[in-house]
Amino acid sequence: MAAPSPRNEGSEGDHGAIEIRNLSKIYASQDGPVEALSELSFAIADAEFVTIVGHSGCGKSTLLKIIAGLLPPSSGVVKVRGRAVSAPLSDVGVVFQRPVLLKWRTILDNVMLPIEMLHLPRAEGTQRAHDLLKLAGLIDFRHHYPAQLSGGMQQRAAICRALVHDPSLLLMDEPFGALDLMTREEMNVELLRIWGDRRKTTVLVTHSISEAVFLADRVIVMTPRPGMVADVMDVNLPRPRLPETKLDPRFGECVRAIGRRIGLLYI
Amino acid sequence: MGISKTDISTTCLSILGTLAVWEILTRLSQIPGFILPAPSAIFVEAVTRYPLYLYNSWITFYEMVAGFLLAALIGVFLAVVIVYSRILRNIIYPQIVVLQIVPKVAIAPLLLIWAGYGITSKVLLALLIAFFPIVVNMVTGLVEIEEELLDLCRILQSGRWQEFFKVRLPNALPYLFSSLKVASTLAVIGAVIGEFVGGAEGLGHLIIIANTELRTSMAFVSLFCLSILGFLLYGLVVLAERMFMPWEKWQSAAQAAAA
Repeated sequence: MAAPSPRNEGSEGDHGAIEIRNLSKIYASQDGPVEALSELSFAIADAEFVTIVGHSGCGKSTLLKIIAGLLPPSSGVVKVRGRAVSAPLSDVGVVFQRPVLLKWRTILDNVMLPIEMLHLPRAEGTQRAHDLLKLAGLIDFRHHYPAQLSGGMQQRAAICRALVHDPSLLLMDEPFGALDLMTREEMNVELLRIWGDRRKTTVLVTHSISEAVFLADRVIVMTPRPGMVADVMDVNLPRPRLPETKLDPRFGECVRAIGRRIGLLYI
Repeated sequence: MGISKTDISTTCLSILGTLAVWEILTRLSQIPGFILPAPSAIFVEAVTRYPLYLYNSWITFYEMVAGFLLAALIGVFLAVVIVYSRILRNIIYPQIVVLQIVPKVAIAPLLLIWAGYGITSKVLLALLIAFFPIVVNMVTGLVEIEEELLDLCRILQSGRWQEFFKVRLPNALPYLFSSLKVASTLAVIGAVIGEFVGGAEGLGHLIIIANTELRTSMAFVSLFCLSILGFLLYGLVVLAERMFMPWEKWQSAAQAAAA
């Protein structure tokens, strides 16, 4: 069993947390090869919150999987903290579109899963799990089973699970895509609150432009298949961001600019 | 979804009603006892010769439980082997499918030749009939896992053992238990068929004797004992299911709420 890869090692500050160069991914399909990602290059700084927006099928999820080391790229390099990614990274927390909690484990035991699997010290892990559950407002539900919780609460538990082993990188693949709009907006604020507690380098994929702007320091806009970087937008909104932030004229400007770039708006 | 007192009393009353109608009809219509005995006659038979039924019930229960437990053990083991080894899957799967297609009742006489007239041949038949659904369901349970969950396992550097014990095995439990319920009823059939074909003990044997001697009330008591044994084994499986899967009641409640 591989030991968790040491973090903060070989990190060359200038290179940032994630560096992607000329990344391409080509899938074999029945109708011949399909190019999912084409010549992607960008870098993400330490403790930066980056969101990736684009049409569905633009290879956003593929990109996340490649960064996590779950999929090999066809060509190009992904470096996380200065090291080329060649196998699944343990120093990563992932959140999927669905909570994918283990239905036979209580919420606390679900959050403890990474501690168990990575063989990390149990006492410390339990403490951290409790802290995170408190932060996520789930502490009173720690002995409940996932099926007893709402979809939004389950997803909050999934976020706690992703953070419990204190990874330096958080990858989220449309984490709120399955939630209703109101829960989704609440979850955005929640996520920023939890994230602000200990800033992790975070990459979040979404197809909601306003969500992308609300959460991010920078938004990477991708083109439809093959996925390429269409634009990178800085979001100059103050933190902490609250629901009122959306009333800020800069928020609207940013959303409009991305909408135009993506081809949803022609004004 | 709970069972109310009204539900229980309705069921009990309807059973009592059926028995009453049965009793009255047999008395009024003068149907001979060897064709259809009255419930009272069956009751008398059961009470007067209860040691006979108790002993033979024990034999049959032993056979079906032994066959069932062996089926569960072998079924789960084969499923794990099939899931984890491609070569063994190619060797085992086609053969157990062929075995399943051959009618077990037709194998029963052969089993008597191989395993003798004693208990072993009955246990083997119960095992043969019961194990197939366990293998098939268990394989499904071990394989049908959300892809994201397997990705998570890879990120958490789980080896095969951790993935098996922490994810695949618990994931398979609901599949396993639904197959165990089916298998428990099949094991009863297996044991009885074994006793039909040959032997000197068990409820199946009593039914054969009752038939040749036209002692129909004896056949009825045997059938009644047989149903109780079937219920008992099924009930034990349900009990084990609740013990091993305490989360399941919430799961089904959530599904009911979503529907």
